[in-house]
Amino acid sequence: MKNSKDIIDRCQQLYEDLDFTAAREWKAAEPGRKVIGYMPIYVPREILHAGGMLPLGIVGGGDQLEVIHGDAYYQSYICRIPRSTIELGVSGRLDFVDGMLFPSICDVIRNLSGMWKLMFPDVYSRYFDVPQNYADDIGGNYYKAELKELCEGLEDHCGVKITDEALRRSIAIYNENRRLVREVYEFRALEPWKAPASDVYLLIRAGLVLPVEEHSQMMQDWLAAVRHEDRPMRDNCRVVVTGLFCEQPPLNLIKSIELSGCYIVDDDLLLVTRWLLGDVPIDGDPLGNLADAFLHHSESTAAKYEPDLKEKGQHLVRSVEKYGAEGVIFASPSFCDPALLDRPMLQHVLADKNIPYIAFKYAENSGQMQPIREQAGTFADSIKLWSEA
Amino acid sequence: MKTFIGIDLGSTTTKAVLLDDNADVIGRGITNSRSNYDTATRVAKLEAIIDARLTLCRRALKDDVPELAGRLDDFLTRLELGFRREQFLEQLRDLEQTCIDHIDGDRFAGQESAVTDVLEAVFSKLRDEAAEIYGPNAERRSDFFRDIAGSRYLAVAEDLAKQAGLSYDLLLNVYDKSIIEVENRPPSEDMSGKFLRSLEELVNEAPEFGVDAATVERAVKSALGVDLEEAYLVGTGYGRVTLPFSKEHIRSEILCHGLGAHMMYPDTRTVLDIGGQDTKGIQVDPEGIVENFQMNDRCAAGCGRYLGYIADEMKMGLHELGPMAMKSTRSVRINSTCTVFAGAELRDRLALGEKREDILAGLHRAIILRAMSIISRSGGISDQFTFTGGVAKNEAAVRELRKLVVENYGDVTININPESIYTGALGAATFARRAVN
Amino acid sequence: MTEITTSRAERPAKDAVKDESMLKQKAMMAGHYDRLTSATERGEKVCATFVPGNLNELIMCFDFANNLPEVNAIQNGLRKKSGRYVMESEKLGHSEDVCTYVKSDIGMMAMGNLAPNGKPLPSPDVLLLSYTGCFTFMKWFELLREQYQCETIMLHTPYEGDGWVTENMRNYMVKQLKEEVIPKLERVSGVKFDIDRLRENLKRSAVAEDDLVYVLQSAKNKPSPIDAYFGGIYYIGPIFGAFRGTDDAIDYYRTLRAEVQDRLDNGRGPVTPEGDMGEEKYRLVTEGPPNYTSFRDFWKMFYDEGAVVVASSYTKVGGVYDFGFRHDPERPLESLAEYCLGVYTNRSLPQRVDMLVDYVNEYEADGLLINSIKSCNSFSAGQLLIMREVEKRTGKPAAFVESDLVDPRYFSAANIKNRMESYFQMVDQKRAGVKGAAA
Repeated sequence: MKNSKDIIDRCQQLYEDLDFTAAREWKAAEPGRKVIGYMPIYVPREILHAGGMLPLGIVGGGDQLEVIHGDAYYQSYICRIPRSTIELGVSGRLDFVDGMLFPSICDVIRNLSGMWKLMFPDVYSRYFDVPQNYADDIGGNYYKAELKELCEGLEDHCGVKITDEALRRSIAIYNENRRLVREVYEFRALEPWKAPASDVYLLIRAGLVLPVEEHSQMMQDWLAAVRHEDRPMRDNCRVVVTGLFCEQPPLNLIKSIELSGCYIVDDDLLLVTRWLLGDVPIDGDPLGNLADAFLHHSESTAAKYEPDLKEKGQHLVRSVEKYGAEGVIFASPSFCDPALLDRPMLQHVLADKNIPYIAFKYAENSGQMQPIREQAGTFADSIKLWSEA
Repeated sequence: MKTFIGIDLGSTTTKAVLLDDNADVIGRGITNSRSNYDTATRVAKLEAIIDARLTLCRRALKDDVPELAGRLDDFLTRLELGFRREQFLEQLRDLEQTCIDHIDGDRFAGQESAVTDVLEAVFSKLRDEAAEIYGPNAERRSDFFRDIAGSRYLAVAEDLAKQAGLSYDLLLNVYDKSIIEVENRPPSEDMSGKFLRSLEELVNEAPEFGVDAATVERAVKSALGVDLEEAYLVGTGYGRVTLPFSKEHIRSEILCHGLGAHMMYPDTRTVLDIGGQDTKGIQVDPEGIVENFQMNDRCAAGCGRYLGYIADEMKMGLHELGPMAMKSTRSVRINSTCTVFAGAELRDRLALGEKREDILAGLHRAIILRAMSIISRSGGISDQFTFTGGVAKNEAAVRELRKLVVENYGDVTININPESIYTGALGAATFARRAVN
Repeated sequence: MTEITTSRAERPAKDAVKDESMLKQKAMMAGHYDRLTSATERGEKVCATFVPGNLNELIMCFDFANNLPEVNAIQNGLRKKSGRYVMESEKLGHSEDVCTYVKSDIGMMAMGNLAPNGKPLPSPDVLLLSYTGCFTFMKWFELLREQYQCETIMLHTPYEGDGWVTENMRNYMVKQLKEEVIPKLERVSGVKFDIDRLRENLKRSAVAEDDLVYVLQSAKNKPSPIDAYFGGIYYIGPIFGAFRGTDDAIDYYRTLRAEVQDRLDNGRGPVTPEGDMGEEKYRLVTEGPPNYTSFRDFWKMFYDEGAVVVASSYTKVGGVYDFGFRHDPERPLESLAEYCLGVYTNRSLPQRVDMLVDYVNEYEADGLLINSIKSCNSFSAGQLLIMREVEKRTGKPAAFVESDLVDPRYFSAANIKNRMESYFQMVDQKRAGVKGAAA
């Protein structure tokens, strides 16, 4: 049996590899293979998989990529992820990518879709719009037609065929992947000292660059390994971290939160891997099933409209309750419209429930962890004092 | 002779360049900008004229006193030093009188004459030091009166005040009130007198030159006698909003910079200027005409001022940063060029045990990365590339720039002129010349 | 939506006659705010919505007074009140990083919610969240919903990601209008929807739109009789705000058109706060919103140099009419859908580049000026690429300045002036070639 360290070491290598060697090798292994990049927050990877393509998650350049050209495209008041993504593009690191999907998350990523069309005219670039209306015959029909258009676009551009049969198979494979992701999250919430947040992050993140089958196997191996390993339990408090759904925090930030005395028991990192809650039905119209799952069984996040005022922020309260968290940390990328505009409303909901929280901002290339360590540490201390009082 | 003057009013220094009718630079002058652009302009211009007189002296001496061949530079340096000393003494007298005039008010009550006595003693000592300050081998950290007189005044005054049992604050008070006044008072126009006094002393006290006093004096007098007619003046600079010139005498600093770089290196196509307040990427055509320019956006991260903060934070001189960074063997990656966060980031890195030189190397790279993005915004680099501004004097910054330019744009010629601080003023002077011709 | 407050004395006497459109607009705006601030006492219901994707014709069908928070924010910017409001809302926990329209609005509510006439604005009865071309809109009305606890109607306008409107997008919008928007507006207002009333409103819109397009396109003349950015902002006021589909708007645009025609006939340039502009020296196309806290200072940097803006993208933010679109009474809901889909900020980057290139060429401009606004990522993200592309395709130089909509902290006059002057001098030089350097 593999040990968890070997698995996480492999994930770390994948994480640090800004040339996406694993995806390149996958593509080179068989002629005609296609790779489709996608940005946060969610795309139906089943569709890409059903066409025999590799979905490749592009979540910026992290803190190790030196941005030379990307900054030339953005003013100082715009977040980091589009700059480093452009840097990846102009530096040739994405030259093997046949298409790019830009999901509806904010105006910056939305506009990046058009920039990609101008800068890389040979690449299939699509703004992936999703409904903000959740009625089946309104938003649902619109979304189904959008999915169909996406399938046709990919078929045209990549010379693939996306059949219903293949879609059903892919849905089943992704159902399995999502089950394992949930299992990883639940395991961490139960025994967080055995599953450091940075390990869990790297493990899930590997799923953005590996074929899904390989990633599922990896998670299985990891779960099997960590259940048998023992690590010292620390007197940490339990927190939910939110706001990290697009630009990624540096790994050091995740580590710093835990080192300061906070076990992360839930987060909104890499939401694409668990956007759809529960299994998507395999029988029937696969695009219809994906649409239904999106409309009625998907994550809540700032980029999505919440039609019901009473429901606003309740996903966070539920997460706190479900995982027995004692507080919430709002970690938002600087200049992130969705996270920062949503934050006051979420904070009001938490305040109403007497759930303590703190907030700070980061950038994917933040170098200073001291202020974050101090804030998270003080938060952990105050929670402990509060619970003892 | 006709001269054309360009003035570049910067946020910290004001520069002037004098061109003759052949577009040759005959004089350059620089002074600190103070809070008064009018005075700064006058002083910079005067400095350029002094420099021009020296150029004319050089031309005259070269022709008329051939026996100075090989020692002309030395001779002129000594001549200028003597001139500077005379100028310094003149300003010192002004400062002394101004200080004495400022002994006024309640705080001085009953101590007026004691303060006057100390002041006279202080200035007497400073006058005595002048010969040494302007000695042939003396090292001065600055050429600005405020810097030279100020540091010595404060040191001597503290000493003498203590001896006299006076509060040092009183001497500080009169100094603070007076220095600004003196600084904003242009030196007297009697330039020839100062040159001639310097010359006389040089001839008398430096027989090693072995020149005939009368011949030299004739040559220098002829140089001093040339009429320098100001045919046209053009001003530019960051403070252009309040430039003390009328509109037709003002050109944008970007245009001046582009043209100045073109005058220095006619094959320049791209200019990068990293100044205290901003960073500019400029593209020029074969005639020096600006085709495109980009500046740092509203956020001034990564400009020269950033290095100033770093120097303060590290308690180092600005000019010491580059040499220390050059010692680095392993550059630390610094991601933020945010001036506001510079201090915190630095302390964080030091706390992590990183070496100062490695952090500094990383900081220099970070600044140059910002500059690279501005170059990229303005259209990249296609042919000769000229780097100007205060940061161009910093060897560590230049090293990073060379690396990145080659990596991103291939093997292009990179020009860095030791007089690059005058680029804007040279462009302005060229505009002045073109305005007439 | 805004008023030019040049004093009578400053302006040549003969101009007084020509200002009818300005006086009319001023009266319309005063009436608008009087209507809003007295809505509660008069028993009138209030609907709040946004300028891009503003469905004024539909809102009028239910007798709502239409309150547009962006317009309020602009008024607060021009009246130098927005700075305090923005800081107030930052004190309330809103990030310094986000849109200042939102923060001005929230700060205004926290500080008494006073309209320009000094009376309190009413709480809205319904928030029509026309989610069109701007992500922030969604959060803005979620925030207002939290405050007012009132009915909120989402109308989602899909983005023209590929550069065109698909059948699916149009159907989706029409279906939302039919099945969500209209029934909810009926419920809140208690007024039954009458499609013929909508048709009448749309018919009136189209008449005013024709005149607006005439006015905007008059800038193709040399000299241009209008400034299509600073002046243009006044011209779009009624049609982007609460007047599209009214007789008032028809009158206003008819009057304005006649005035512009008169300027053209007499070879006169645009009107500025200091009277007629002098000689037209530079013709520019602008991209991006203006700054409202130093609107006059910014404008002055243009007209003092003889620069006139001949076309701007900002004046298309509440509807793009100059490529032929008109509200169509024959296809009422479809044309409302197409109107929303087509507003400038709902267009893809390549479409925006095409439009700006077209403007530079069609209006024979000297170049493009981008005013990049910190608040507005919808406009700003990608503008540096837009700049490159437009330069490349037109061969004309572009300039880039930065400011903010209504946050006075983000307007640096010296910085902007420095760039503007450099830009104008560069244009001079380029025009004159080598000899120009001497000029």
